[in-house]
Amino acid sequence: MSDAYHDPSNVTNPEHADHHIVTPLQYCMVFGALLIGTLVTVLAADIDLGVLNPVIALGIACTKAVIVILFFMHVKYQSKLIKMTVGAGFFTFIVLITMTLSDYMSRAWGLW
Amino acid sequence: MSTTSSTIINLPDQRTATLPKRNYLNNEHGLLSWLLTGDHKRIAILYLISITFFFFIGGVFAGLIRLELLTPQPDLMASDTYNKMFSMHGIVMIFLFLVPSVPATLGNFLIPIMLGTRDLAFPKINLLSWYLYLAGGTFTLAALIFGGVDTGWTFTTPLSTHYLNTNVVTAATAIFIAGFSSIFTGLNFIVTIHRMRAPGMTWFRMPLFVWAHYAASVLMVLGTPVLAITIVLVALERTIGIGVFDPTKGGDPLLFQHLFWFYSHPAVYIMILPGMGVISEIVSTFSRKRVFGYTAVAFSSVAIALFGFFVWAHHMFIMGVSNYSALVFSLLTMLVAVPSAIKIFNWAFTLQKGSITFETPMLYAFAFFGLFTIGGMTGVFLGALGMDIHLTETYFIVAHFHYVMVGGMLMAFLGGIHFWWPKMTGRMYPESFSKLSAVTSFIGFNLTFMPQFILGYLGMPRRYHAYPAEYQVLNVLSTAGATVLGVGFLLPLLYLTWSLRYGAIAGNNPWQATGLEWQIQSPPLTENFIETPIVDHEAYDYEWLAHKTQQEVTTVG
Amino acid sequence: MDNAVVVTHPHTHETAVHEEHHHVALPQHRHHFETEEQQREAGTFGMWLFLLTEIMFFGGLFFAYLLYRNWYYDAFVSASNQLNVTLGAINTVILIGSGFFMALGVWAAEVRKRSLLVLFLVLTTVLGFAFLGIKYVEYHEKWEKHHIPGEHFDISEFVNPPIDAKTGKASEKPLAPDMAQKTQVFFSLYFAMTGMHAVHMIIGIVLLFWLTWRAYYGEFSSGYVAPIENFGLYWHFVDIVWLFLFPLLYLINRHPLK
Ligand code: HEM
Ligand SMILES: [Cu+2]
Repeated sequence: MSDAYHDPSNVTNPEHADHHIVTPLQYCMVFGALLIGTLVTVLAADIDLGVLNPVIALGIACTKAVIVILFFMHVKYQSKLIKMTVGAGFFTFIVLITMTLSDYMSRAWGLW
Repeated sequence: MSTTSSTIINLPDQRTATLPKRNYLNNEHGLLSWLLTGDHKRIAILYLISITFFFFIGGVFAGLIRLELLTPQPDLMASDTYNKMFSMHGIVMIFLFLVPSVPATLGNFLIPIMLGTRDLAFPKINLLSWYLYLAGGTFTLAALIFGGVDTGWTFTTPLSTHYLNTNVVTAATAIFIAGFSSIFTGLNFIVTIHRMRAPGMTWFRMPLFVWAHYAASVLMVLGTPVLAITIVLVALERTIGIGVFDPTKGGDPLLFQHLFWFYSHPAVYIMILPGMGVISEIVSTFSRKRVFGYTAVAFSSVAIALFGFFVWAHHMFIMGVSNYSALVFSLLTMLVAVPSAIKIFNWAFTLQKGSITFETPMLYAFAFFGLFTIGGMTGVFLGALGMDIHLTETYFIVAHFHYVMVGGMLMAFLGGIHFWWPKMTGRMYPESFSKLSAVTSFIGFNLTFMPQFILGYLGMPRRYHAYPAEYQVLNVLSTAGATVLGVGFLLPLLYLTWSLRYGAIAGNNPWQATGLEWQIQSPPLTENFIETPIVDHEAYDYEWLAHKTQQEVTTVG
Repeated sequence: MDNAVVVTHPHTHETAVHEEHHHVALPQHRHHFETEEQQREAGTFGMWLFLLTEIMFFGGLFFAYLLYRNWYYDAFVSASNQLNVTLGAINTVILIGSGFFMALGVWAAEVRKRSLLVLFLVLTTVLGFAFLGIKYVEYHEKWEKHHIPGEHFDISEFVNPPIDAKTGKASEKPLAPDMAQKTQVFFSLYFAMTGMHAVHMIIGIVLLFWLTWRAYYGEFSSGYVAPIENFGLYWHFVDIVWLFLFPLLYLINRHPLK
């Protein structure tokens, strides 16, 4: 009969997460990390590292984005549902990229 | 009224039914109470009226196209007028009719009730999406009045960006805005389904209608923005001359195709999944059986949504995509037909040994089975790389997508409208007329589009207003069929309007269906339920219904 | 009795009783939600779904960028080096700062400090304006250099790069005319991407005004944080887009002739 238990705020439900307040101190640390990231990006761009340049630039950008998502946007403290939603967005974006690239990359391979 | 517990074949006696005094229709009065409403049921009605309007506008274009094609010579209109006709037909029918058809009307009306809640999660956003829809519609009409567009509904670049002097930007704006209307509808559905279910309404107790809408909503939310940005780039290219798709500046027109079809293939599933949801409800109700393989049908909706994102390049096989990539997309296209087939088989097994009756919604559902199966199978032909080279850009394509979109979605829409008409209005439609219209549409439809398969196979290209004389017989058949089909679609408009006043009073549950929506009064109260329901049974549990009916009889009588 | 579905359940249930000690019924509570908790979570989820559409919206542009950068790498390098890294970096810092204040604003609303909340929202707005101001300066420079795609686009600077006074060498690798044409693709994307980003900023600033106004009148300092929180999500998302735009547009290859 557990189904009949009235559970309006879905407490028994994994889609629910308790409200969590991130402290200003944490925000300051995030802020600092983002500034450092920006500095490193600019400095790294001036050194010739060949193919590593875009890899580093994107790596830092992704790290920064993840930090923002986790702390500024509170995803770290959110329900599984929200985490999966964020994941779904990036997944679809990856599908768009890879499937389209599958055409562009193999165009030069020529005919059979 | 006595029923055995396993089958209920007797429908309830409607002579004793009465219209409830208070319901969502007469709760408030005046035009403003409609235009500013937050009630999902009223918004559904607003949508129903507006999409019907655009359906008939699109229909007029279709009629003119068929009339022109009656003879091989271009005699009714000039060639660019003809181009405008089929472009406006496609734009209106796809973006202003099919995409919102079932979700924005039936979905809006039913999803909160089926989930046992009082409204969608965001009623104001729901109203906003109706206004966005209207704005999109207005822009489309503006594009039409200022002279039309002739890009086709696909806005192919560089044709749309460089070579046409018609109202491309206006039409693009229309589609951009209408796109946001459908994004907001989808978003609202997803949040509602996740967050607003009544106690006890677990995921696997939800009606399949809700599952189908969930899948379609995911496609709306994830696919539509890609169309939006693509359309923005086309408009920017036209107005200020940026060069993202322009080959003379180094852009790639195929990139436009990729981005456009990344949305527009999922969009065809936005246009069919809700219809499949309707069919699940109808089939179960009129065979008085739980849908066979409930879980498989539910997951096949999700699978369609997922696979739908992996096949788009099958629209681009002859456009110069790489052979290797085309091969992959061709294989994936075959895969996407599997979940559709799963549904068809499961519905067929639902019918098996059911106590089937043939009310109008069921006739439409049968039309759906036949027509969607043909449409889907020909889709597989087209997905086959070699076959597609021969058939693409011919009338075969036109026949294929009309079989799925008209034979599938439109039949499902009409079936759904008839099925839930008693719930929405509290009155029955006239059964004999509606059966006539269902049969008329079925015959008219096949007469219109079956010849087009043959025409396409013989090589008649699409989007031309003249053709060699030897194709005339089949074209005449098609035009004749279109006339019959037109009658089939006009009839419901007439008798449904008539029934608003003179139809028999329906009562709460004229079909003895099991959904939550049938357990409340028709038309429902504004707040849907007096008390939040607690769900303790599976969807399509006819024994539960029989039990409940019996109890009611004993307590009341 | 017609509306009763199976077992029905009156609205006063056990959970509502225990809700009461930490939740005062808020005037913003909408009748169709069972609890405020449910309302708040629905709002957050809805906002995230909206951001999903934004990911895909910008996603199309990012893919276009990826494609053309690979096709026309040299043109992209030369064109990218025309952008002002200093301004771009300053703008990045400004935007991060704006996001930081927005995050603090959410915190201030959560701990119900009205004046702090207003202060943080104002700071967020000011930095937003600063960003747009610098963007305007940059756009203006592009306009003067004829780097706006379209009829007046000028490739001469890419075919014959100016000579650096100190070294006496060309400051940039000269491009063949057909490759130089492709710088136009870069600038098309540059304007499309930063333009779309700026449009989002402008919408955000308009919303910020409205929220600041409501915050000033104390609407968000009694435990009703949802609008601030959800707007914060939007604002941070716009930041994230910029975090990618900055390295992708400004820092493709900053050392061509070293
Ligand atoms: C069941 C699986 C399906 C398969 C395998 C399939 C396959 C295809 C293929 C390969 C094409 C491209 C033909 C070409 O341009 O050469 C196509 C076109 C089309 N399909 Fe389907 N399809 C399926 C279902 C649907 C559904 C359910 C709908 C809509 C409700 C639909 C609507 C369309 C439309 C509108 C076009 C033509 C687009 C245009 O060029 O204007 N299809 N289909
Ligand atoms: Cu397709």
